[in-house]
Amino acid sequence: MRTESVILENKTGLHARPAADFVKKASSFKSDIKLIKDGSEFNGKSILNVLSMGAVKGTKITIKAEGADEDLAVSNLVSLIKSFNE
Amino acid sequence: MLKGIPASPGIAFGKVFLKETINTENLIKESENPDKELKILKEALSESISELLKLKEKTLKSMGSQHSEIFEAHKMILEDTEYTGAIENKIKDKKYTAAYAVITATEEIRKIFAEIPDEYLRERAADVKDVGERVLKNILGIKTELSELEEKVIVVADELTPSDTADMDKEKILGFITAKGGRTSHTAIIARTLGIPAVVGAKEFYEKVRKNDSVVFNGETGEIFINPNEEILETFKKEKERISRINKILDNYSKKETVTKDGKKPKLYANIASSKDAGDAFAKGAEGVGLFRTEFIYMNRKVEPSEEEQFVIYRNVIEEMKGKPVIIRTLDIGGDKEVEYLNFEKEDNPFLGYRAIRICLDRKEMFKKQLKAILRAGVYGKAKIMFPMISSLEELREAKKITEECKKELEKEGKEFQNNTEIGIMIEIPSAAVISDMLAKECDFFSIGTNDLIQYTTAVDRMNPKISHLYNQYNPAVLRLLKTVTDNAHKNGIEVGMCGELAGDETMAYFLAGIGLDEFSMSASSVSKIRWLLSETDSEKASEDVQKILEMDSGHIKKFLENKLSEIKKILN
Repeated sequence: MRTESVILENKTGLHARPAADFVKKASSFKSDIKLIKDGSEFNGKSILNVLSMGAVKGTKITIKAEGADEDLAVSNLVSLIKSFNE
Repeated sequence: MLKGIPASPGIAFGKVFLKETINTENLIKESENPDKELKILKEALSESISELLKLKEKTLKSMGSQHSEIFEAHKMILEDTEYTGAIENKIKDKKYTAAYAVITATEEIRKIFAEIPDEYLRERAADVKDVGERVLKNILGIKTELSELEEKVIVVADELTPSDTADMDKEKILGFITAKGGRTSHTAIIARTLGIPAVVGAKEFYEKVRKNDSVVFNGETGEIFINPNEEILETFKKEKERISRINKILDNYSKKETVTKDGKKPKLYANIASSKDAGDAFAKGAEGVGLFRTEFIYMNRKVEPSEEEQFVIYRNVIEEMKGKPVIIRTLDIGGDKEVEYLNFEKEDNPFLGYRAIRICLDRKEMFKKQLKAILRAGVYGKAKIMFPMISSLEELREAKKITEECKKELEKEGKEFQNNTEIGIMIEIPSAAVISDMLAKECDFFSIGTNDLIQYTTAVDRMNPKISHLYNQYNPAVLRLLKTVTDNAHKNGIEVGMCGELAGDETMAYFLAGIGLDEFSMSASSVSKIRWLLSETDSEKASEDVQKILEMDSGHIKKFLENKLSEIKKILN
């Protein structure tokens, strides 16, 4: 299992478009992907789960991956979240 | 006349196109044959997905990828097993029909979204609803109609979804009016993007309007008339011409400094409720935030917001303003609002009851979370703290004492904060206005809240239609109080601002310049208008007129100020 935390910088939060990008990327990995916000876990491959996190700009998000490609998954998803900027 | 929430400026007149909502009242809820229902669901899902792919293509061409990607997200919702799985389970376990399973599963998800504190993200519940409706329409075999409009119309709906607006023929849309939604609802955003006038949250209008009615409305004021007579129509047409003429002039004022004819420099600030508003205010030339309403952070949730959560929100707003001052008003809420975790008891007189600073001084731990969050966020720019509903010196002292405690605690916790954060108060209760000379010695600034000040001074509940005519901003008692408060502030060397509706009122600019108001805070869209008016005003001359005005009755004051305004506006003709 690997985890890494990142601060969301996207102005309008993790809304529909960035959430869709995230879920697509997450789904491309074999590992089980979870997002953790304020102690609650969300399924990183479910767009509804990701949207309902209600993550606004400045939110600390922890990405947790478990599986064969967990290292690759975490590093890719962290840089994806850092790249959100609209 | 009916009113809604102004969502996108402009005036529109035309025939109503009523977008009907799906009638689910007579829907069959249970089925004996789950396999058949599952098959219906599967077909409707794949039909819906192919529609979404087409819509995505169409929108990409007409509006660009920023708007088309939403349909990609919609498609993903339909592929999300959290959603489809829930629907299937309802069909299998509860023997629901496909249609009823979709309705209930969608509603469950909507409820989860309704709990999200951030307004913008919360409104994404509309996306879930949109997707659910699409599937439902495909199950029931209903076709959408907005893609085939025959003439130019004003689209009226309970609520518009991204699917509705993407499918619309934009050339044929004169305006939007919806019963639901707020300023960040999908309809409002899309209307502003397309430059189409819109009013949202017009519930009463929606109940009254019928097919084939004509409607005229103003997207800047939220005013709507059903089947207007010639006279009303003529007024609106003139207003439309006037707006376009003024807009041309005002565009030049959004980036300018405010300087009156005699060289005074009042500050023009904006009232906001989110970091999105702050960005908008900055873009429209606001020199600061005069009122950041924080009550929305506390509403629509089960537990109170944490210090950390608030810190993030305040920091975002402060960063958006890029070093310009941000006046954050501490929680201003009362028994007229429902907030579960605050357990408000029912009061006969909520406006004279347990609210605002009275709650905060009573629930010190909750209050401290907010104060600490503000103090910490100040490091990222310039924050000021403002206490609402102050009626006595003791309350101000108590609130200041708690703020000092917060600073000591933050020091102990080793957290960075803005130590010199200015502390001000709202002047909105007549008692505070009367002792403003004393209050001024113990705080750093005043901000006059005119809505409550008028209501409390004249003992008029402006929501009561029988007496709302008595709610009068030109009442000399109110204007004398404004003068007293300003004089007392200046005698004690502090600045006085105004964050009520009067600050953005065209007719009041002359009087307010005359009493020497230091800061005007209003909705961002009024900033360049008031800046222009103040630039055309001689505040020295206005100050002489103030003496005369304070001796007049309401009717004469109104006439006097309207005349002054039209003198200035003559330049436009």
